[in-house]
Amino acid sequence: MKPGLDMQSIRVSSDPAVQYLLRLGDTCLILAQRLGEWCGHAPVLEEDIALTNMALDLLGQARAVLTRAGEIETRGHDEDQLAFLRDERDYLNLTLVELPNGDFAFTVLRNFAMASLLRLLWEQLAASSDTELGAIAGKAVKEARYHRQHAADWVVRLGDGTEESARRMQDALHRLWLYVPEFFEADAVDEYAASSGLGPRWADLRDAWLAETTAVFDKAKLQLPPEPKFRSEGKRGRHSEHMGYILADLQYLQRAYPGGVW
Amino acid sequence: MYTQAMDTGPKEERKAVRSVEEAERERRFDTRIDAGEFIEAKDWMPEHYRKTLVRQISQHAHSEIVGMLPEGNWISRAPTLKRKAILLAKVQDEAGHGLYLYAAAETLGTSRDQMLDALHTGKAKYSSIFNYPSLTWADMGVIGWLVDGAAIMNQVPLTRCSYAPYARAMVRVCREESFHQRQGFEALLTMMTKGTEAQRAMVQDAVNRWWWPSLMMFGPPDSESTHSEQSMRWGIKRIGNDELRQKFVDAAAEQAKVLGVSLPDPELKWNEARQHHDFGAIDWSEFWRVVGGDGPCNRERLAARVKAWEEGAWVREAALAHARKAVLKENAA
Amino acid sequence: MSSTLTPNPSPSGRGEQSEWPLWEVFVRSKAGLDHKHCGSLHATDPTMAIQLARDVYTRRQEGTSIWVVRSDQIVASDPGEKAMYFDPMEDKIYRHPTFYELPKSVEHI
Repeated sequence: MKPGLDMQSIRVSSDPAVQYLLRLGDTCLILAQRLGEWCGHAPVLEEDIALTNMALDLLGQARAVLTRAGEIETRGHDEDQLAFLRDERDYLNLTLVELPNGDFAFTVLRNFAMASLLRLLWEQLAASSDTELGAIAGKAVKEARYHRQHAADWVVRLGDGTEESARRMQDALHRLWLYVPEFFEADAVDEYAASSGLGPRWADLRDAWLAETTAVFDKAKLQLPPEPKFRSEGKRGRHSEHMGYILADLQYLQRAYPGGVW
Repeated sequence: MYTQAMDTGPKEERKAVRSVEEAERERRFDTRIDAGEFIEAKDWMPEHYRKTLVRQISQHAHSEIVGMLPEGNWISRAPTLKRKAILLAKVQDEAGHGLYLYAAAETLGTSRDQMLDALHTGKAKYSSIFNYPSLTWADMGVIGWLVDGAAIMNQVPLTRCSYAPYARAMVRVCREESFHQRQGFEALLTMMTKGTEAQRAMVQDAVNRWWWPSLMMFGPPDSESTHSEQSMRWGIKRIGNDELRQKFVDAAAEQAKVLGVSLPDPELKWNEARQHHDFGAIDWSEFWRVVGGDGPCNRERLAARVKAWEEGAWVREAALAHARKAVLKENAA
Repeated sequence: MSSTLTPNPSPSGRGEQSEWPLWEVFVRSKAGLDHKHCGSLHATDPTMAIQLARDVYTRRQEGTSIWVVRSDQIVASDPGEKAMYFDPMEDKIYRHPTFYELPKSVEHI
């Protein structure tokens, strides 16, 4: 960060490679942001540490991907400029990750859904035509595997625990399901990624994701909700009302101290 | 530092009448202590020694957990991704320290639930420093520099505490703690030497607010400490409050010069004859007020911990219920 | 930990119904070394215990292998019997290599 720089928002490139990376990096970043909120407030001390580990892993993934996005963009944007200085409509995370944490059931269910998706993504990205992204993926896939297992265990524990936990988990699934179709929407950005070898279309991960997650939902004795008609659009920069509040927190210091060095 | 709360508790009544056998056991125990031996979990120990340790270790653990809150406040607002990661890791370490300490206390015959209940109902104390608010990002650096700095000074001697599980937990804690102070100091140094005028003002303001409370972390003067003597006798406390506080002032005064901040004490100056820094009088009425529950954040801190515990009850119950179901299934198979 | 002679008393008095059981954690930091006891934690089942042990006790790359054991499953020697169990080893110093003086030329043996 050069001191004296204007703290107005930066403009990002509409290059599909950059957009593809921002979807991934922003999703990790905003999920990490939400998980960090549990620090000091988890139901049991041991889980506090576990959730924070996940947040740190995701933050690390976000940093690596945003850095790479900045390099590909060639406008000289580093991880912090991208993370802290965009306008809301230029963040491309899935809407699901910006939703409030809710209760522990919603949190672990979202962790499970996201870790399953990310694991499938990272596995394919390991063979990316962009070797740096491939290297990032090689490390991240191990983290995603662990997150997935940890979260899946909790989904089952709560789904098949007490009546109250089962009710909360079912409610969480109904809420989560509204935001799942967005994962697998196809568009030109994905087409570019697939044809250039940068990475898979997210739509191509749908079958594997569904198979994996429904197996766990079965074990957790959860009912699959009906296919929703609602479509969220975070990947295209159109967010829920929650995003504004996240950014107000996230961006505050950078905006309030122009030219600051931290 | 976390023994500060110990010194402010009521003077415990020791059993006046003891059997000849018990007096002999206690004499042998004292001999072990004097010889510098370690006491392990299942060794015989005077009931008062056990009670003192349960209170001290559990209050130390509570301090770590409550200490997560003023810093946790700023995770979402950290100014760079690197600082966010560092703060997350630091606060997570504090949870870990709390956990190691609860584990050490449990070797003495208490349980996690009992200890948490004592905290939540106000029976157990935690270090009063965490009843102060974290108002700016610079507070994160100053907490690392001064609060963790004071904690380290207190914790290093505890690695030689006579009760071995506590000593071992402290070794682990100290290994991790050195990063905490360094990251705080480094964050401040960056803002002071490379930052803007506004950042420097933010740092100085934070120092002004945290300096005196940090000195209070070492507890009342030795002359007024009700428990120090017995704790020293038993190798639980190794160095007196005044000596630790002086060490801290001497170190911090030099560190402040490196940072380029002033410490809010007009009487702070080097005394050539004593070879130490003289410093001004501490406002002990503020200390007692905060310890007694009337500091800026006492109610909020406790409320946050109680809320987390109560809202998490269904989670803990569900996990137990599921585990029981699994065992039943396994037995039936 | 329970001794060979006395069962582990339930500290809360309410039994283990509402509290998560306590587990002792042992970590092997490098291939070739022993598992070392590093502390305890609460968990409801073995899988959770291992995962939490990984999250709590190996954050600084301190582990290649983790063992967890329920605390009430550990059998320990009775400290009261320390003398009987361990003192007899004291005078058998011929078991130690330092007991044997060899000429400097074969010091490395």
